[in-house]
Amino acid sequence: MEPRIGVYTCHCGSNIAGTVDVAEVTRFAQDLDGVVIARDYKFMCSDPGQKLIKKDIKELGLNRVVVASCSPTMHEPTFRRACQEAGINPYLFEMANIREHCSWVTEDKQEATEKAKALVSAAVSRVYYHEPLETREVPINPNTLVVGGGIAGIQAALKIADSGHKVYLVETSPSIGGHMAQLDKTFPTLDCSACILTPKMTLVGSHPYIELLTYSEVEEVSGYIGNFKVKIRKKAKYVDADKCTGCGICQIKCPAKVDSEFEAGLGKRKVIYTPFPQAVPNIPVIDREHCIYFIKGKCRACEKFCEVGAIDFEQQDEILEVEVGSIIVTTGFEVFDPTPIYQYGYGRLDNVVTSLEFERLVNSAGPTDGEILLKDGSHPESIAIIHCVGSRDEQYHEYCSRVCCMYSMKFAHLIKEHTDAEVYEFYIDIRSFGKGYEEFYNRILSEGTTFIRGKPAEVTNIAETPEEKGKLVVQFEDTLAGLQRRLPVDMVILSCALEPQPDAGKTARLFNINRSADGFFLEKHPKLDPVATMTDGVFIAGCCQGPKDIPDTVAQASAAAAEVLAMISKGKVEIEAATAIIDESICTSCQACLLVCPYSAIDFDEEKKVCRVNEALCKGCGACVGGCPSDAINLKHYTNEQIVAQMEGALV
Amino acid sequence: MKQYSYYPGCSAEATAIGLGLSVEVIAKPLDMELIEIEGWTCCGSTPYGSVDELESIVVAARNLALAEKAGLDLVTPCSSCFVTLYRAHIHLIDHPRLMAQVNQALAVAGLAYHGNLRIRHLTEVLSNDITPEVIASKVKRPLNGLKVAPYYGCQLVRPRYGTDDTEFPQSLDRLVECLGAEAVYFPLKARCCGGALTISEESRVLGLIRKLLDNALENSAQCIVTPCPLCQTNLDAYQSRVNSKFKTHYNLPVLFITQLIGLALGIDSTSLGLNTNIVSPGIVLEYILRQEVKSGA
Repeated sequence: MEPRIGVYTCHCGSNIAGTVDVAEVTRFAQDLDGVVIARDYKFMCSDPGQKLIKKDIKELGLNRVVVASCSPTMHEPTFRRACQEAGINPYLFEMANIREHCSWVTEDKQEATEKAKALVSAAVSRVYYHEPLETREVPINPNTLVVGGGIAGIQAALKIADSGHKVYLVETSPSIGGHMAQLDKTFPTLDCSACILTPKMTLVGSHPYIELLTYSEVEEVSGYIGNFKVKIRKKAKYVDADKCTGCGICQIKCPAKVDSEFEAGLGKRKVIYTPFPQAVPNIPVIDREHCIYFIKGKCRACEKFCEVGAIDFEQQDEILEVEVGSIIVTTGFEVFDPTPIYQYGYGRLDNVVTSLEFERLVNSAGPTDGEILLKDGSHPESIAIIHCVGSRDEQYHEYCSRVCCMYSMKFAHLIKEHTDAEVYEFYIDIRSFGKGYEEFYNRILSEGTTFIRGKPAEVTNIAETPEEKGKLVVQFEDTLAGLQRRLPVDMVILSCALEPQPDAGKTARLFNINRSADGFFLEKHPKLDPVATMTDGVFIAGCCQGPKDIPDTVAQASAAAAEVLAMISKGKVEIEAATAIIDESICTSCQACLLVCPYSAIDFDEEKKVCRVNEALCKGCGACVGGCPSDAINLKHYTNEQIVAQMEGALV
Repeated sequence: MKQYSYYPGCSAEATAIGLGLSVEVIAKPLDMELIEIEGWTCCGSTPYGSVDELESIVVAARNLALAEKAGLDLVTPCSSCFVTLYRAHIHLIDHPRLMAQVNQALAVAGLAYHGNLRIRHLTEVLSNDITPEVIASKVKRPLNGLKVAPYYGCQLVRPRYGTDDTEFPQSLDRLVECLGAEAVYFPLKARCCGGALTISEESRVLGLIRKLLDNALENSAQCIVTPCPLCQTNLDAYQSRVNSKFKTHYNLPVLFITQLIGLALGIDSTSLGLNTNIVSPGIVLEYILRQEVKSGA
């Protein structure tokens, strides 16, 4: 069929028409090969603008359309839809970007008009060779995988499960709850973290639509949006969950103790353990690495005392394979280890503690029952809190961890509540940006906490005066007073940064997620697509995407759940038609394309010895086309013929 | 034999003669050939930059240009020279316009600098090129647990050169230990000695020196070692003034690391310039001797 092309140049008010002579562009387009009609209009994207195109398609029998206006990321879908509604295939449409690429960046009117003409000419030459393509639809499996059982994972899992859809919730540690379970109070409302979290944990544990897989890890993910296959390793717990009643006698009788991860190393736990009393599930696991029986071959104290015979030393890891339609990654964060900052003395000087350690120290369920004690058991009379440890520091993390100002001020309040100690906050800037946060800051100020603007140079135990003897001395520049000062205190709290999990790289590869420069997982769009990733069907929420507080984490987790539910409720997903295709008669099975494909969309067919593109995964980026040494790959909608025609058109 | 261009700096020929002498005599046994740059002049020193930045860089660049011609790594034993030369080099390669300006000045003397020079501190060369392992293999008189406070000073590690930690450096500790001595815990090892402020703010500097001496003694050091001529001068020559100001009785020898290495290599104390140290290093020599006798050597 002979191409009959319509060209429509948009004024975009004065955005384009202010610099480009649109009438001239229209006159020029009229004479191009295959062009039946060329028009210009104030706003092509408006309803009348679209009607103009539709009318011409019907009345003039157009079978190709070019719109010269803004960026295709802005309005390509609009015009493709208009074409489709008027009865022509949406891929027979082409857009010339004469706004962002031309009128906005060119001052000279003559120059801008010439460039617009070249861009229109290129689009017309290209659309000449366009072929109709069909988008495909694939069904969505209504099951969901949530990876990580902190508050983000809990929230997302509950939202989805409450709608009656199955969720697999995978957590590496023996209990869900994450960091939030370790915290004492939450800012700015000061409600108890555990009190608001544990009801949700219990709901997860008993939910008919949630299959909770604790002490488990995702090992392999394959497939694509709507149709993922996931392999999960359920690590041996050496406790039969069906028999165990959670009575806890095994934990009392176990003779071996190690540092408790949950107590941030401040307390001990047994080797058969649940991390904390409200753990979900309330079934202990045996830490094989430290178990006396596994090390020396005897003990089995837990087995002897278990009345229901739930201990099973023969248990093996299990591999579970599940199929899900979408995945939400909520793997959280790690607290920055301040040991490398030698000058703050962490790990070297007594009574220098991290923020997470202090959360446990002030927690009534913690190792000191909430009493703030120094190493020697006495009560501190003064406490310094150093902000931005590992954050806003080029040596460690350039970013602001967003929660430290607020939790540091929460600490000040809790210290005042529990003790008579003086509190000094050393800050660079106070960032109290959230709802009710500035009010909280004012409240802490009014409670008599001293705020000192300046990042301390060091914390030392080397006294210079008799008053400093036996104290921790903070050496700092008070930048508001313009003075170098020393302050003797009894305890120093380091408000440590939130950083990516140490295995974030591995997780990113597993789920095919990108990471930003700071190491956190990268969202698809920082503003308009904050929980999606570049891999369709894989979503992220909570601190694995970047440091954030509990309200933001919960909001993101709910957003991710909404994205998943929208997919499930639609039941199918449309897949991009502009995908790569491999000519199997040319493919030499070198597999170079497998290496360059950023979406893992190419498989190697062992039998036929050829590579094949999985259209559901292919994003049409074209990396494989360039990477193929045999020229066996073509990208639909970006064929060599089309690209060359576009270049020739631009050169008129 | 590893070859280097050598820039002694003025201190090594005057106030820190012990440094200059000891570097020269340990080079050969450690398989280093230090080829002194012909016609080297003052590096410009640290304070010049705050008087006239451009001039100070030209002064440093003159020496860099001379060394670049030789085509070898440039080594200096002086921390202050190291900072000055290194900073001038970084400034010049970061700012091509400055480089052109400076080269215009150098052209008068028929010189030019292109930025193709590696500037290194002797301590770093001993640590990374010669290595503590090789030094250990050449030790003739092991120092048998002599308790040494390794004092880096500020300029050896600041600004961040990427060769050692700024707050808790390790390279000097390794050099001390490879001689059979014990590097004691010395938390102030990278703190300021007061630098050139001994001239303008003496009483403040005496306080700083006292802190360092006190911290070294508290951790049972029998002596302090440092690579820096200014640190050595302050801690050594001003020790008696600290004593009279604070009514203290410090008598802690302050040696150059190169002197300590020399002793372990079996070189006599006069060749190492130990007779030029102000606080007598007698206790150190005595300890080494007594240990030798004990082990029947």
